[in-house]
Amino acid sequence: MVYRAGVFGFDRADIEGRLARLELPFGPSGYDAYGTSREALGAAFRWLRPIYQNYFRVRCHGIEHVPLRTRAMLVPNHSGGVGIDATMTICACFFELEPPRLAQGMADRFLNRLPLASLIASRTGQLTGLPEHAARLLEDERLLLVFPEGARGTAKLFSERRTVASFPLGFMRLAMQTNTPIVPVAILGAGEALPTVANLERAGRWFGVPYLPLTPYLLPWPLPARFELYFGEPLWFTGTGHEDSDEVRSNVERVRAAIESLLDAGAAKYRVV
Amino acid sequence: MRILVTGAAGRLAQSFVKTLHEAGHEVVGLDRRPWPEAPVPMHRVDLLKRAAEDVFRATAPEVVVHSASVTQLAEDRSDRYRVNLVGTKAVFDYCRRYHVRQTVFIGRHTYYGATSDAPLYHAEDDPPLGLETFPELADLVAADLFSGSMLWRTPEMTTAVLRFVYTLGPSRTGTLADFLSAARVPMVFGFDPLFQFMHEADACTALAHAIDGRLNGVFNVAGPSPLPLSALIRNSKRPRIVLPEALLRASLGKFGLPRLQPSAVDHIKYSLVVDDAAFRAATGFVPRYGQLDTIHAFSERLTPDAPPASAERSGRAQG
Repeated sequence: MVYRAGVFGFDRADIEGRLARLELPFGPSGYDAYGTSREALGAAFRWLRPIYQNYFRVRCHGIEHVPLRTRAMLVPNHSGGVGIDATMTICACFFELEPPRLAQGMADRFLNRLPLASLIASRTGQLTGLPEHAARLLEDERLLLVFPEGARGTAKLFSERRTVASFPLGFMRLAMQTNTPIVPVAILGAGEALPTVANLERAGRWFGVPYLPLTPYLLPWPLPARFELYFGEPLWFTGTGHEDSDEVRSNVERVRAAIESLLDAGAAKYRVV
Repeated sequence: MRILVTGAAGRLAQSFVKTLHEAGHEVVGLDRRPWPEAPVPMHRVDLLKRAAEDVFRATAPEVVVHSASVTQLAEDRSDRYRVNLVGTKAVFDYCRRYHVRQTVFIGRHTYYGATSDAPLYHAEDDPPLGLETFPELADLVAADLFSGSMLWRTPEMTTAVLRFVYTLGPSRTGTLADFLSAARVPMVFGFDPLFQFMHEADACTALAHAIDGRLNGVFNVAGPSPLPLSALIRNSKRPRIVLPEALLRASLGKFGLPRLQPSAVDHIKYSLVVDDAAFRAATGFVPRYGQLDTIHAFSERLTPDAPPASAERSGRAQG
């Protein structure tokens, strides 16, 4: 895709156009029923565009697998300490899909207690990861972004960056219950951008977060590693969501295996620059 | 229909009385406070005194709207408990004794409490989580639950527990109106929770729907979809001040800030939003006023330089 160059290497009008084509039911005051603000989304994506395009130079593969109008769950692997992988996936859905879509992440609970983080998350449609929120958004035909690994995923060390930790079952029960397709996503680059050598849990507690990632250069500042996003074919699961755990777990393993195979195929070609 | 309204001199209850009266119902008011210009017969009695029961006996109402609750946290706690708990029990005893057909309890959405990890849209069966940080709400929560228990205690009587969101409107009174009427409306730095409010007139319509539909059960009642506090303050053209939480807590009631209870700060930090789908489905209620109409109905007569009289008694921190 070719972008017309603007002041920061992107076109402001392009973002305005995408915002206008975003199919979200904003009320007359510019907010949807969850407090997502059109204006805040515009500001966020204007700010994120150069980071997406010029800093991480994100490349998307298979994004046509993301449904354009109906409910779906994006399920990627998680790494990179501070949620940059989530942010880049949200950007990809906004910048690469036509019409653009807002991927709505299911944020960790600590986020809502942090000043500013709580505010930014809520105005950009990133709600706390509660089953009630997920079910409601899916019933509203929204695009959900779920990292089943949660904080265990972002806390991966550099050596573990290509691994996928175990998945809990909740997201699958919800997908089955709401008849939602799951799009497996493999994200490469987050582990390289933030090479974690240790996680400081006590220091994290001072800031109200689960841990602070420690890098060889100390700061949890992401390096400009290239991001490659691989979207797999949607997986459908039938059932009520109330099946016993073994049955649900076998579905979960199918998703995990799909992510791992995308990840392995991508890793063979991955170059950090 | 003959309708008895308890707490009829209350701010929202006056609108209820007028609406039901204008709709052609035979309305009787009961309150220990005076309401001289009431359009209907008023009985100035205390709910817990013998005279209140006499009103029930003499009036023989078909419907009772129980709106007598003390929400001002500044009030004496023993009086709050007496009115909210003992008073509610008394009302239901009288209702049972005098064969009232339907009782409507006027509750509040603050029942659920504002907490960091609660779901954004509360369903009626969600537990009241706010008590951990806001124990002052215990009597209101207990009165709500006690009223709900009438559904199985007195199956022969119809009971509707209505949990209303904040109301705003031309009366410029109520918890949210008082908060917004302060000379400076505070926000906690880094937080901008969603607020849910409805026009007073819509609240009255909703009550009328509940009575006409002989509603039985516990229902959230809401108006348009919620707005962030910042947008609410901006649209009502009120002067806003953003303070870090610690500073805000220390300056409540000073420098033109409203006199909030410290535990009420969570209500301007975390969203408190209810799902009213069940009420709409049961009654067909549709709010007439949108977000902006509702705010303007409240703010039209307010100017930043001249806060209304209610600003001086803005201690109604209970959300």
